[in-house]
Amino acid sequence: MQKWSRVEGLKNGGARTTQGRVYQMVSDVKQDQAIKPSPVDGLLDFCARIGRTLMAFLQVTGRLGLFIGESISHVFRPPFFPKLVARQFMDIGYYSLPVVGMTALFTGMVLALQSYTGFSRFNAESAIAGVVVLSVTRELSPVLAGLMVAGRVGAAIAAEIGTMRVTEQIDALVTLSVNPFKYLIAPRVIAGTLMLPLLVLIGDIIGVYGGYIVSIHKLGFNPNSYLTQTWDILENMDVISGLVKAAAFGFIVSLMGCYHGFNSQRGAQGVGAATTNAVVSSSILILIFNYVLTQVFFS
Amino acid sequence: MNDVTPKLELKNVKKAFGPKKVLQGVDLKISPGKSLVIIGGSGTGKSVALKCILGLLHPDEGSILIDGRESVGLPPRERDQVMHKFGMLFQGAALFDSLRVWENVAFGLIQGRGVDRRTAYDTALEKLHSVGLDESAAYLFPAELSGGMQKRVGLARAIAANPEIIFFDEPTTGLDPIMADVINNLIVKSVKQLGATTLSITHDLASARKIADEVAMIYQGKIIWQGPVSSLDRSGNDYVDQFIHGRAEGPITDDIKARV
Repeated sequence: MQKWSRVEGLKNGGARTTQGRVYQMVSDVKQDQAIKPSPVDGLLDFCARIGRTLMAFLQVTGRLGLFIGESISHVFRPPFFPKLVARQFMDIGYYSLPVVGMTALFTGMVLALQSYTGFSRFNAESAIAGVVVLSVTRELSPVLAGLMVAGRVGAAIAAEIGTMRVTEQIDALVTLSVNPFKYLIAPRVIAGTLMLPLLVLIGDIIGVYGGYIVSIHKLGFNPNSYLTQTWDILENMDVISGLVKAAAFGFIVSLMGCYHGFNSQRGAQGVGAATTNAVVSSSILILIFNYVLTQVFFS
Repeated sequence: MNDVTPKLELKNVKKAFGPKKVLQGVDLKISPGKSLVIIGGSGTGKSVALKCILGLLHPDEGSILIDGRESVGLPPRERDQVMHKFGMLFQGAALFDSLRVWENVAFGLIQGRGVDRRTAYDTALEKLHSVGLDESAAYLFPAELSGGMQKRVGLARAIAANPEIIFFDEPTTGLDPIMADVINNLIVKSVKQLGATTLSITHDLASARKIADEVAMIYQGKIIWQGPVSSLDRSGNDYVDQFIHGRAEGPITDDIKARV
């Protein structure tokens, strides 16, 4: 009976090595049993696996750190490509407006409805305006806008740059004496960082308006008192913290899209994986940094 | 004659990816104005060697001399000056999807060298004419072109800045035999007009015979034979013989069997 078995860490008739995998074709089960690793080998194997995972993690972290450093340095160093930045303003900012606007509108509307359901039990309906405006400006608008833009823009950036990588267009840029960090990465990072706060500002207004519509037309609130309550409870810091978060999220989304696209592996599968990784990593980072920034602003 | 500084010289260039040693000491010389073609099977290190020369990959060891000057480890600004000497035709043409044909051809002039758009446009049209394309093609996008036309545009882009050294990566791959010959002729014509030195990598022997002054064969990360194209058929090297005759049996397949 022919059988393939993979033996890790064993080489030269059982002598232990620290590197590589040895693939051996074993002709029968007896031989297979003869080279079965001992418990000590198993433990070493386990440690080696942890070591490899740690090394891989450090490698990715280091590579990402260098990528971020290089990207930021090219944002501030000439030559600049204003036309490309303007195009990215349109792609990342203007074309994301419908999706961010719709998200903010319905979030504000749902928030008013749900708050009413809860607060009416304690006769605290008057707090709805405050809950809507604070939730929208501090948390929901920046986080949801960030996540929506991660899905729309982060994926598009990773797919575009990934395709450029696998079709050698990035190599072509280098051979034509154009730095890909300046030409591809910097415009996207600038546009992402500057455009998301604008989107969030618009999202804030639309979100509050969504709560207003439901409160006035469905829940029967007085328009003037609703607006007065909204205005009274809102402070500058509520809006500013949301905008700062938005800038951080825009930076994360554009950078993750660029990083994964730039390091895309060969083939359609590689580009697909880069796109997925860009969206997943930027979404997770948005949630983590949202907590960190909230802690910084309001602790 | 031997005193002439080679336009491009590789000395003991090594490159590995993890445990996989792709280049194991490549030595190569190209005299000014000469055309060298590197032949070899897939995975023998042709593309990696080319990418090391272009600075897209950093060799682990060895030196790469351009006009007698070391180009490995140059700071970015000096690297840019070296890159200005280069032109490159990629295997899949690598045209920028979002730009029109003329903008692709003029890209290096406008973005890389700061030439104004009007002058760059005129140069692009002139180069497009020289590869057999007229003004009507200039405003198309790469996706609207056939494979052969994309290669022509890629060639026009490679020669747009009148480079001193032009690299061709599998210039005829994916083309029908007639279009492949057309591209070969265009390469020969363009190179003659410019007086450029060229380095090509291919496994298309018809292409190699047409465009080469000299041929080198790479095998297992080393140059195992180099000589004039006229002596390719009597190289006296069994590996070269098997490769150029496309035989299934020979030392290359014996090595593969031995490794398995």
